[in-house]
Amino acid sequence: MAQELTGAEMVIRALKDHGVRHIFGYPGGAVLPIYDALFQDDGIEHVLVRHEQGATHAAEGYARSTGKPGVVLVTSGPGATNAVTGLTDALMDSIPLVCITGQVPTHLIGNDAFQEADTVGITRPCTKHNWLVRDIRDLPRVLHEAFYIATTGRPGPVVVDIPKDVQFKRGPYVGPSNIKHKTYQPRIKGDLKKIEQAVEMIAQAKRPIFYTGGGIINSGLLASQLLREFVRSTGFPITSTLMGLGAYPASDRQWLGMLGMHGTYEANMAMHGCDLMIAIGSRFDDRVTGRLDAFSPNSRKIHIDIDASSINKNVRVDLGIVGDAAHVLEDMIRLSKAKLLKANGAAIKAWWMQIDGWRARNCLAYTNSKDVIKPQYAVERLYELTRGRKTYISTEVGQHQMWAAQFYKFEEPHHWMTSGGLGTMGYGLPAAVGIQVAHPDALVVDIAGEASVQMTMQEISTAVQYELPIKIFILNNKYMGMVRQWQQLLHGGRYSHSYSEALPDFVKLAEAYGAVGIRATSPGELDAKIKEMIDVKRPVLFDCVVDQFENCYPMIPSGAAHNEMILGDAAGEPAVSEAGKVLV
Amino acid sequence: MTEQPKSAYFLVDTKTASVRKTFAVLVDNEAGVLARVIGLFAGRGYNIESLTVAEVDHLDHTSRITIVTSGTPEVLEQIKHQLERLIPVHKVIDLTEETPGIEREMALVKVSGQGEKRVEAMRLSEVFRARVIDTTHASFVFEVTGNQQKIDAFVDLMKPLGLVEVSRTGVVAITRGAEAM
Repeated sequence: MAQELTGAEMVIRALKDHGVRHIFGYPGGAVLPIYDALFQDDGIEHVLVRHEQGATHAAEGYARSTGKPGVVLVTSGPGATNAVTGLTDALMDSIPLVCITGQVPTHLIGNDAFQEADTVGITRPCTKHNWLVRDIRDLPRVLHEAFYIATTGRPGPVVVDIPKDVQFKRGPYVGPSNIKHKTYQPRIKGDLKKIEQAVEMIAQAKRPIFYTGGGIINSGLLASQLLREFVRSTGFPITSTLMGLGAYPASDRQWLGMLGMHGTYEANMAMHGCDLMIAIGSRFDDRVTGRLDAFSPNSRKIHIDIDASSINKNVRVDLGIVGDAAHVLEDMIRLSKAKLLKANGAAIKAWWMQIDGWRARNCLAYTNSKDVIKPQYAVERLYELTRGRKTYISTEVGQHQMWAAQFYKFEEPHHWMTSGGLGTMGYGLPAAVGIQVAHPDALVVDIAGEASVQMTMQEISTAVQYELPIKIFILNNKYMGMVRQWQQLLHGGRYSHSYSEALPDFVKLAEAYGAVGIRATSPGELDAKIKEMIDVKRPVLFDCVVDQFENCYPMIPSGAAHNEMILGDAAGEPAVSEAGKVLV
Repeated sequence: MTEQPKSAYFLVDTKTASVRKTFAVLVDNEAGVLARVIGLFAGRGYNIESLTVAEVDHLDHTSRITIVTSGTPEVLEQIKHQLERLIPVHKVIDLTEETPGIEREMALVKVSGQGEKRVEAMRLSEVFRARVIDTTHASFVFEVTGNQQKIDAFVDLMKPLGLVEVSRTGVVAITRGAEAM
């Protein structure tokens, strides 16, 4: 039965029909009718942010920590343009977002009206799809399609742009039953013949490795379970991208740590030396592969991905399987059982011996200090003091992000939120807001840098307003650390504009916002201060003053391959490779 | 290996030669669909050598876009997949995959001149089976149809004979045989 509703009412109704309980937004002229409908309805909780970019990152944190779509409501013009960074971030990391933007009335579109922007034009390349709804009769269908497209296949952000007059118009509302799209039909099941072939290749492998990514997380909890089951049944080593951390438990013996530019020595060496690579939900990003013509030169490669365009994009593979990670893994497990798969025992044992040799280099070792807090030590202590709890971690972008990925051990999926593809400084604080909204009782920590966090610092005000006890753990080295590291290693130590001459007093800043400020300056007081932070049931800005000049190792330098990593001084000899010396 | 820049990015030597390819893309004729296709090519740095579009089914509102592009085989494979990823795209067919499809382009060619040159233009137009669709005492407008090379050749021949203006449709193409795309 179709019901007569206004466009604004349809939006609220559709959100509820899709199970939305929280939205992140900021009102403005062209979206006021929807805010009015929201006011008269108590089914949806709205979180008022301080800047629309904050709304998009909060929605991303919400989505990634729950597996549900994140919903954003913003106004036309600047509201929409401010959302662009978050939309692009969500597109790069395949995060399902539904962003509803107000638009000037249809008769004013194209007239350079007040707060008019070509929202669908601007967001076309940074969304999975977008719509400008000019006719009230299209609105219910578009809203349902928006949720369908954002959440299925390879997830991503969508924008529904609704002119103000359409928000006022009345029309028939139809619910979201049997959403089908005539052209959009994502492929879920993998080709069985190819999966059989993959099982065959896996059975023959002598030096195999699993290389998994964010696709496992996006697929849902089942994919992580099946991955664990399958990897354990094979006894093969496994590494993952930044986005895939948590899908496989970091405490497991088969886990090699993250791979890529700041990945572990063992993970990168194993990728380089393997004879079979099984890539699942990972996309051979340039931060993972290093120099392409020297990337894993002697391996056969299987690539499982829900997005056909990911296969053979950067690296030619021997077997590409298009499908959802969980579905393909399920078939793989079934077929490998049916064939009584016996992995090549002796060869795998020899492979592990080799890997254990690489592990013995202890690539993440660093020289600790009694006087100054080493950033690695800070993350290690944070991990030790929070590991027993339900803890969600978000990060900003830079050195602290890599140290978090290296030293915080994730056991479960959906507990690690970071900006991987786009590398958006300022992601972590608003993401923490979104995570805490979704998980009010959990401990939510944004491992931050003092430079990144200032890009969206205003959202601490949102946390105070909604009593969200997020912890912003700032590794403060007064530099844009990763920029400084690159300038040191690659640009002759010319530190061009990477030092922050004037920083706020983060403790006073926290107090000014109505949050709690804590500062730690020496290793001796760190534990007590971290405990204090955990115990405070209010938002905290934690100013952790760390070594200014610590570099993040291991590192694959420019134009280098996986087997040409630079290791830190504290790691096993030789301290710096020949290739590294040239750069230093 | 190329000397690498001091950057996180690496240089890649592309030794593979560029290949020309024609794609037929069937899309829903909705607002902005052409912008999506063109934006994809611009954003990802793909070449467009020719692009034509028109609604081919007025009841279903489907349009057919014919794109002539060029790139390495890897890039061409990416183009096909990226096009298929666009939500309003029904189908993408590589018209040069197996048997080369049939390609045609039409041009309107305006030539002005008198005397010997005018006679020569008229004589050459007959060789190319071009039709005269407008004439004055001092000019012709020819309509000429064929593949891209034929049009290029005709236009080149008209240059010394008083070529004034050319308008071309771009390439349309279809597969041979009984099957639909």
